[in-house]
Amino acid sequence: MNSPIDTAAAPEPQRTIDIVNRSLKRRYRAERRFRFYGLAAIVLSLMFLALLFVSIVAKGYSAFWQTSIRLPIVFDPAVIQQDTLVNADYAALVREALFKKFPQVDGRQDKRQLTALMSSGSVYRLRDMVLKDPDLVGRGAEVWLLADDDVDMLIKGHFRRDLPEAERRVSDKQIAWIEQLESEGRLERRFNTTFLSAGDSREPELAGVWGAVSGSFFTLLITLSLSFPIGVAAAVYLEEFARKNRWTDLIEVNINNLAAVPSIVFGLLGLAVFLNFFGLPRSAPLVGGLVLTLMTLPTIIIASRSALKAVPPSIREAALGVGASKMQMVVHHVLPLALPGMLTGTIIGMARALGESAPLLMIGMVAFIVDIPKGFTDSATVLPVQIYLWSDSPERAFVERTSAAIMVLLAFLVVMNAGAIILRKKFERRW
Amino acid sequence: MKKAVVLSIVVALIAATAGMVQAQQRDSISIVGSSTVYPFATVVAEKFGKAGSFKSPKIESTGTGGGFKLFCGGVGVQHPDMSNASRAIKASEFETCQKNGVTDIVEVKIGYDGIVVANSQKAAGLKLTTKDIFLALAKDVPDPKGGEGLVANPYKTWKDVNPSLPDVKIEVLGPPPTSGTRDAFVELAMESGALKFEGLKKLSKEDGKKFQKVFSSIREDGAYVEAGENDNLIVQKLGANPNALGVFGFSFLDQNTDKIQGSFVDGNPPSFENIASGKYPLSRPLFFYVKKAHVGVIPGIKEYLAEFTSEKAWGKDGYLSEKGLIPLPEAERKQVGENVKALKTVTEVK
Repeated sequence: MNSPIDTAAAPEPQRTIDIVNRSLKRRYRAERRFRFYGLAAIVLSLMFLALLFVSIVAKGYSAFWQTSIRLPIVFDPAVIQQDTLVNADYAALVREALFKKFPQVDGRQDKRQLTALMSSGSVYRLRDMVLKDPDLVGRGAEVWLLADDDVDMLIKGHFRRDLPEAERRVSDKQIAWIEQLESEGRLERRFNTTFLSAGDSREPELAGVWGAVSGSFFTLLITLSLSFPIGVAAAVYLEEFARKNRWTDLIEVNINNLAAVPSIVFGLLGLAVFLNFFGLPRSAPLVGGLVLTLMTLPTIIIASRSALKAVPPSIREAALGVGASKMQMVVHHVLPLALPGMLTGTIIGMARALGESAPLLMIGMVAFIVDIPKGFTDSATVLPVQIYLWSDSPERAFVERTSAAIMVLLAFLVVMNAGAIILRKKFERRW
Repeated sequence: MKKAVVLSIVVALIAATAGMVQAQQRDSISIVGSSTVYPFATVVAEKFGKAGSFKSPKIESTGTGGGFKLFCGGVGVQHPDMSNASRAIKASEFETCQKNGVTDIVEVKIGYDGIVVANSQKAAGLKLTTKDIFLALAKDVPDPKGGEGLVANPYKTWKDVNPSLPDVKIEVLGPPPTSGTRDAFVELAMESGALKFEGLKKLSKEDGKKFQKVFSSIREDGAYVEAGENDNLIVQKLGANPNALGVFGFSFLDQNTDKIQGSFVDGNPPSFENIASGKYPLSRPLFFYVKKAHVGVIPGIKEYLAEFTSEKAWGKDGYLSEKGLIPLPEAERKQVGENVKALKTVTEVK
């Protein structure tokens, strides 16, 4: 309290410029510090992001290549025509080819170990080949077949060869066979199309993300087609038409609260309403989409309302001034200008919906589903759930698949966001 | 023009939704239940689906208790057809089932699962007894100075528990109370460990409830860490911390023998043969239950049962044993197989 009086009472009046000059250095320093903090924050978050990406990609990239073994398969009519083409014992063809390749292998135990080199999925591959081209029967062909996941892990270096035999899943004999196949050029790492085209499987080499990607697609389609129109309509009504009174205040508070409700609560609501009351099917993308709609609606409404608020009142007044009706004012002028902001809110909501697994637990979408969903009521799961299920599987090969599935999820997200950004750029207008 | 298009799309969507709700007829089997049986049931389901005649069953991992809750909800397509369980059905659950009209249930015992206490390959292997496990993990233990009373667990290192064990801090990562593995671990390891003490043995005869509380209360002072339901996570943590022990299902040990080793319990290592023969004490039977009323209504149930109980699946060299399921003895397999074929239902539950 004293100092201002002191300076005022001082005999020599100080010039303002001196005060400014004296503090100038300190102010520059403060500004440099301030800028440095901002920059450090950005660098730090980039570092975390890079760390995340590097660890995921480093673990996951190898899942896109899969070890295959080329075997001379003879489509022996004696084996195939014992039964129908669908039910024939194709495993016998694989066994026969392996035993011919390694004629020195003898004894039941050794033969079992030898056949364990091949994936159990090779049977289905051969069956599909024959069903597609029945003329193959009676002929021979060199066929690339998937190797077992243990072989794949060994080739990729996730199993160490120098450990004592008892402590690894691949025996010394198997390693010798694998090395022989390798030297003959019959063993190769090839691009893993199964991973991108198959549904879930308990055999890592046969597991793919396509089932989960389709499930996510159907679920999000429902979510988008419901939450965007409803959210925008609600926001427009509240912002442009509703009178400000206690009721609208109450609704606003409720919407804001709803945006902060933990997502599992929406799952419980979905279970009670959609499954138990309406009797919709369990595990269906339809129900998943409805639940996620409830979850994303508040986000979209809040974002849309602030986008509408950001449209200058002059636009509204001008439209009304030239004789537009209130509806024409909203539809022709306000809405197009607010649309980019609304789309941003929708992206945020949809991105959250894409990554959500907790609410889907309650409605049965956390499940093992092999078949790829073809519609809105087929049983389906979604990408985050697939990641969770794989991360909990005992087989080692699922570790890299978990990371690879995360990469697919991120790619899905990037594609979705890019689409929304293109739309936003198209609609964006400046004034 | 535009309006008409939008309107027709909306109408089509509503009509499609309504139509789908109307035509709700399930054509694939729906299975819920234990996360321990999940890795085995899924393998069978996949093979069954890929064989081509039926759609693959859908399997949810809800936990044993949660599975029975859904399973016993009633008869009809909206309720699951089967429930996996890592223990037999309880009397209370059976009653709920009866009350909701699920009167005919077929029990299928599929094999055994071992619970292992494992540590990193980097550390020395341990030879434990159930008594050691009880002393190391119980909340209250018999007073080491003698006497009848119980005191709060004073043991800090394994050496304190048993002089033949290494001088390492007790740190065990295990499943939370919601897990079926925890229930089984408490029952198999902790209970039999507690029964090694005269005082507690007497208590078990006099006051069963109090005894139950003694052996099922696990210490909460940080020596036992609840590591969630994700067993892979425990395996990874064991790799990083050679002093810690983990408690989880046998299949995770089977898949990670290069990283972790199972401790001996009562003189037997947790191996496939020891669990199958019953020498290894920490093993429990696994089941699944089938709603008889759904057989013939939902396509493929009989065929799925046939696949599960076929020798190439649950047999000694079947594909389930490759995934870590310990098969039943041959005679019992035959018996259960016949019961399943005849769809023999459960009449009463203890």
